[in-house]
Amino acid sequence: MNYNWNWGIFFDASPEGNGTYADMLLSGLMWTIVTALCAWVIAFCLGSVIGVLRTLPSKTANAIGTAYVELFRNIPLLVQMFLWYFVLPELLPQRLGDAVKQMPDAPFYTAVVCLGFFTASRVAEQVRAGIQALPRGQRMAGTAMGFTVAQTYRYVLLPNAYRIILPPLTSEFLNNLKNTSVALTIGLLELTARARSMQEFSFQVFEAFTAATILYVIINLCVVTAATFLEKAVAIPGQR
Amino acid sequence: MTQFELARRGVAAALGLTLALAPLSGHAQDLTGTLKKVKDSGAITIGYRDASVPFSYLGADQKPIGYALDICYKIADAVKAELKLDKMEVKLNPVTSATRIPLIANGTIDLECGSTTNNAEREKQVAFTNSHFLTATRFVSKKSANLHTIEDLKGKTVVSTSGTTNIKQINEANTERKLGLTILPAKDHAEAFLMVETGRAAAFVMDDVLLASLVASSKDPGAYEISKEALSKPEPYGIMLRKDDPAFKKVADAATAKLYTSPAGPALYDKWFTQAIPPRGINLNLPMSEEMKKQFANPIASPDPAAY
Amino acid sequence: MLSNFDFSVILTSLPYLFGQGMVFTVSLTAMAAAGGVVFGTLLAMARLSGIPGLWHVAKGYVELCRSLPLVLVIFWFYFLVPYIGAYLTGSSTPIQVGAFPSALITFIAFEAAYFAEIMRAGIQSIPKGQTAAAQALGMNYWQTMGNVVLPQAFRNMLPLLLTQTIVLFQDTSLVYVLSLTDFMGAASKVAQRDGRLVEMYIFAALVYFAVCFTASFLVRRLQRRVAIIR
Repeated sequence: MNYNWNWGIFFDASPEGNGTYADMLLSGLMWTIVTALCAWVIAFCLGSVIGVLRTLPSKTANAIGTAYVELFRNIPLLVQMFLWYFVLPELLPQRLGDAVKQMPDAPFYTAVVCLGFFTASRVAEQVRAGIQALPRGQRMAGTAMGFTVAQTYRYVLLPNAYRIILPPLTSEFLNNLKNTSVALTIGLLELTARARSMQEFSFQVFEAFTAATILYVIINLCVVTAATFLEKAVAIPGQR
Repeated sequence: MTQFELARRGVAAALGLTLALAPLSGHAQDLTGTLKKVKDSGAITIGYRDASVPFSYLGADQKPIGYALDICYKIADAVKAELKLDKMEVKLNPVTSATRIPLIANGTIDLECGSTTNNAEREKQVAFTNSHFLTATRFVSKKSANLHTIEDLKGKTVVSTSGTTNIKQINEANTERKLGLTILPAKDHAEAFLMVETGRAAAFVMDDVLLASLVASSKDPGAYEISKEALSKPEPYGIMLRKDDPAFKKVADAATAKLYTSPAGPALYDKWFTQAIPPRGINLNLPMSEEMKKQFANPIASPDPAAY
Repeated sequence: MLSNFDFSVILTSLPYLFGQGMVFTVSLTAMAAAGGVVFGTLLAMARLSGIPGLWHVAKGYVELCRSLPLVLVIFWFYFLVPYIGAYLTGSSTPIQVGAFPSALITFIAFEAAYFAEIMRAGIQSIPKGQTAAAQALGMNYWQTMGNVVLPQAFRNMLPLLLTQTIVLFQDTSLVYVLSLTDFMGAASKVAQRDGRLVEMYIFAALVYFAVCFTASFLVRRLQRRVAIIR
């Protein structure tokens, strides 16, 4: 292959003026992690609520939950990101829209909100599947014990459901982490965006993407390891 | 190696031997690199860009067209003549800013025809033939914003496309001249321009020729102005080739020099820059600059802007 | 801004968007989902088999795939498959693998990891007593899996499997890194060339919504029909 390898490139000064290419990639990694965690907080809370709504006896609650999930999971994230950033401010009243546009770090906030709402629809589906996978008897037992609906969910259904869906939920978290890379379309300087601009400045494509790949593998392995421990720690003795 | 291949090589070797014995075949033996590859496969592959108007982009029927592509076809003709081939296929392969280097390196494409800036750093990785365009870094803003010089931008938010030489230059200018700019990176030129259109940024810093094509194809071309003041000297665009392949580069250089110095060169320029171009019939209205006239009269392939 | 929309750009590019883009997206999704479910189920079984070595490999594979962003995986496959091919066939020059086969291989290999996780949860949701009962009846491992466990696991996880396929349908838009022309790629190529991003993206949002909403509506109807009452 006619390619000029140069692994020392990471220690060359980056053209953006502050630090080396390695610093540039690490700052990208930092933005990736921060964005993913903030978005996950929204996704997990909102997703649990929506997922529960979809399993309640109430027709209205069902409809709201279903509408939310259908809206957010049926449009590709790339497009949603674009709509939040470029179209939403135009629909707001002029003054509010201008304020949103002038906000410092606008790409970061937009990315967090967009990713959080998007991932919430996925989390909601997992929560619902988890609750529905439980034997019907559990809900009945809760009622028979004199629990209110809220208590049945809090003490009987949700603790079991979360345990069942822990593996797919970990997948969703990893997805969420990797999906932050889509935010590069609205100018968030996360890891993939940094690797891209590094390769365009230096033309060292393979080095830049190798570094990004390795960094992603490392943070994901940390998450997977943590999830495995969590899975073991919360397992109910006797159940497999 | 498969049996078939062994057999094929045997035939090729036998042919080579016969040819070597024939008096006229001296130089066919010395072929290396791209020329050898083209001779062996009977095909040359050109990499094109999707949306670099008017250098290399998809026309009305979604087939690639453009100024740089026309030049590449001339190079392909020259290669065909050089190798004395009766038939040579010209294949087209789409590339992006991220795939162009690996695809040149792994031999998928032989020429990259777009709007790639030739600079010293990139010459470590690839080679460039004679520059086909010169462009300076300027900025576009809304006329209503009344921004004419770089000083006018003080304290404003500006956007540029991530990973370009332009974002590097505005960063440097920002530090040196204490402009206090907020610099946003955008994924591509179209999104960067949209940030100016929607008021997310006051100005978009980019190669002036790309700005001209964005303004011309916008909904209201009259609403924007491109600054007179430039952030850089005119920088060269070149067609990329594989590095360390002097024989192929010589053919490409000779072909482009011949085109540029003949009357067909300026005519080709006019076709794409001063006349209506497909698919929507926009006209960029960019007559040749003095530097371009000099470059066409005496073509060079230097990465140094001062040389032009 | 919304008042001066220019929708003519959509009309003139419709044949390109659907004739070329949508056909590509749909065929890639269908083939990748079929391949991914088969490969994913095998991975899940391997992972739960408890055979030393085998389950480690399966686990390692699934976790590596889940660690990497799809964009990077597509990128690596596209550039490295020609060299792997050359190595396997002993050819001296990189072999040319078309962009579509390259994308298809990538998606099957990658999505299998996700399908494997869903199937693992599905297999684990079947009470242990059933496996024990099947073994008591004298069934071997493949009979137990094929006749008792997997049919129920598929039923329980059908909504999730199909949801993942809808995700896959949307994920195929990431082949833009290879500048292939799927639906999203076609839309953004036209949008960028003509400077009509907002119109094109809204249009793409509507099309994706219509397709995916219809699909997930059908999934819900199907789910009601196959649901096991407990």
